Amino acid sequence: MDPMPDIPATFRSEQPARVVRVLSDDGTLDPRHDPRLSESEVLEIYRWMVTTRQLDERLVALQRQGRIGFHVGSLGEEAAIIGAAFAMRTRDWLFPCYREFGAALMRGLPLQTFVDNMFGNANDTVRGRQMPNHSTHRASGWASVSSPVGTQITQAVGFSWGAKIDGKDVASLVYFGDGATSSTDFHSGMNFAGVFKVPVVFLCRNNGWAISVPVERQTATRTFAEKGPAYGIPGVRVDGNDVFAVVSVVREAVRRGEQGLGPTLVEAITYRMGGHSTSDDPNRYRATDELKPWAERDPLERLRHYLERRVWWDDRKEQALIADIDQRFRAAVAAAEKAPPPALETLFEDVYEKPPWHLQEQRVELLRGVRAPSSHS
Amino acid sequence: MPQMNMVQAVNEALRSAMRRDKRVVVLGEDVGKVGGVFRVTAGLSEEFGEERVIDTPLSENGIVGCAVGMALYGMVPVVEIQFSDFIWPAYDQIVNELAKYRYRSGGEYPAKLVIRTPVGGGIKGGHYHSQHPEAAFIHVAGLKVVCPSNPYDAKGLLLASIQDPDPVLFFEPKRVYRAAKGEVPEHDYLVPLESAKVVRPGRHVTVLAYGAMLYEALDAAAKAAEKGVEAEVLDLRTLWPVDIAAIVTSVKHTGRLVVVHEAPRTCGFGAELVSLVVERCFYHLEAPPVRVTGFDTPFPYTLEMEYMPLSHRILPALLDCAKS
Ligand SMILES: Cc1ncc(C[n+]2csc(CCOP(=O)(O)OP(=O)(O)O)c2C)c(N)n1
Ligand SMILES: [Mg+2]
Repeated sequence: MDPMPDIPATFRSEQPARVVRVLSDDGTLDPRHDPRLSESEVLEIYRWMVTTRQLDERLVALQRQGRIGFHVGSLGEEAAIIGAAFAMRTRDWLFPCYREFGAALMRGLPLQTFVDNMFGNANDTVRGRQMPNHSTHRASGWASVSSPVGTQITQAVGFSWGAKIDGKDVASLVYFGDGATSSTDFHSGMNFAGVFKVPVVFLCRNNGWAISVPVERQTATRTFAEKGPAYGIPGVRVDGNDVFAVVSVVREAVRRGEQGLGPTLVEAITYRMGGHSTSDDPNRYRATDELKPWAERDPLERLRHYLERRVWWDDRKEQALIADIDQRFRAAVAAAEKAPPPALETLFEDVYEKPPWHLQEQRVELLRGVRAPSSHS
Repeated sequence: MPQMNMVQAVNEALRSAMRRDKRVVVLGEDVGKVGGVFRVTAGLSEEFGEERVIDTPLSENGIVGCAVGMALYGMVPVVEIQFSDFIWPAYDQIVNELAKYRYRSGGEYPAKLVIRTPVGGGIKGGHYHSQHPEAAFIHVAGLKVVCPSNPYDAKGLLLASIQDPDPVLFFEPKRVYRAAKGEVPEHDYLVPLESAKVVRPGRHVTVLAYGAMLYEALDAAAKAAEKGVEAEVLDLRTLWPVDIAAIVTSVKHTGRLVVVHEAPRTCGFGAELVSLVVERCFYHLEAPPVRVTGFDTPFPYTLEMEYMPLSHRILPALLDCAKS
């Protein structure tokens, strides 16, 4: 049956773009899009993907034990997250959503700094002001994570636009989810980037869900990529569980920016294998058998299969890597748990560059006052 | 009478309003199948279907803008904004459209809808899951603002808000969503808007509170009583238009005023309450009115209990005010 019988064929959009895939099931790479990564590059990517997953598991456990308040993980989305960050140049900037801590670590966020933020302790560089997973790390070109969905999209555009006005070639990679494509910031960001030809890589992690809302409730288009052309921006669909394909497509997007061709929208097709966060129980709204086909396309296992085929990796190396992550994470957690909470006066710092009179007064009021009961009711 | 928490009481009110009136629709993020991230709309989509309990795309601006349009058509939308911290993309629609429709159309287009949203801290939510933004809405001509503290009021006030001819912002204090329990009649009843309630009588000092901070005020009042200070605690319930008569009556009786709210102090609702009292009760006041509030900083994560105006901060303010 024709779903749109009364619309002339000339008005209909093209068939959805083909999904770029490089890593085939037999573990070989499609030469058309092969990013030709060296052994050490592939191993670096793999290590960060494993690190991300290992930390995710451990952080969920810490949350369940009541040692941290919250965690929002990346289970199943590691290739999209790490691959895209890997494809960016050192001078480029990353504007995260809240699900990409692995990319922050790869870019240079120290593990201890990350863990201190998860605990919100005195050593946390944002002094326990933000929820866990809300990292910030200017030194690695990592913007500060915000909870409101979509706000980073326009900011990423403005950042690279500013650089462009300044005559510098600084691209931005902005991560966001399928849900965020419904935000006004997505529309404005895409529109501005298209008009001003700003070198931005819009990386939509299409993981199937926005908490309990499936992608069919975010858009009536068949793909997210096809939104690009409406803004004069090419839209590419990529297998988000194939790290080679992600690296390849994002590198190409960076190259386009370099050549003055402006932004690219990349739809990375992946799947949120866990709950939305530790506060969410996905069993309420999705059947577990939906996970099966995606579990078979697990990004880590696919990459590991490739590594083993090349004889670049084996069980012994895997065990050593996991032991190393475990040991470093335990040490970081031990240090984080030893640290006290942030000092009371930090509450009043960084509101403005210098606290005005009213905050000085309020600081005195707090310090002189009675301490709050520590427990949560 | 069944015992309920606030989540259940709000759910009851929504269910009842939807049963009575086909024009009532619920829309928001995750309100359908999963029944809301706080489970307030649980079971509604099963009973009323996806057409009336609508999981929307992720856009607060879209939700409220479309709800305004539905209201113009004649529907009665009850919008859920998942956290009040995420209401700002819809602020333009609320301030420039919803609040002004009746006025700018000379009464032709009264855009009536209710926006429900959880507010407040104490759940380890950091900046973006803890704010208490009533002042930004009270300040806007044309909006009514409600904030219940208990299940009975929650049901009666929500039913009254849905019936009210004007747009209502209905703020649900999430810290006590499940903690505040009480008896809630099965039948429908209204708690009229613009009616405060004296929840603890006293003669030395008036305490104005609402939402989750009401319990902190009551705790402080109980401790003050041990020291011989008898505080009269009012639950404002409707923040705007506020029950000015109840406030004036109480302050004229006690001669002293303490206002409590979680939101930052500067230009917070407390500022308005103090002004109203000073204008109306100046010659009855025996001490300067006091505000016990959140600080003028963003809402913090680790130090949230130090930020919030809990009982430990209300009590000394109360004692000082009563003695000065
Ligand atoms: C403006 C705004 N509205 C609502 C929320 C609550 N919320 C947090 S995450 C989320 C879903 C996001 O889905 P998506 O963009 O697909 O990203 P994903 O979590 O799947 O990575 C929602 C509704 C929010 N953080 N910000
Ligand atoms: Mg998603």
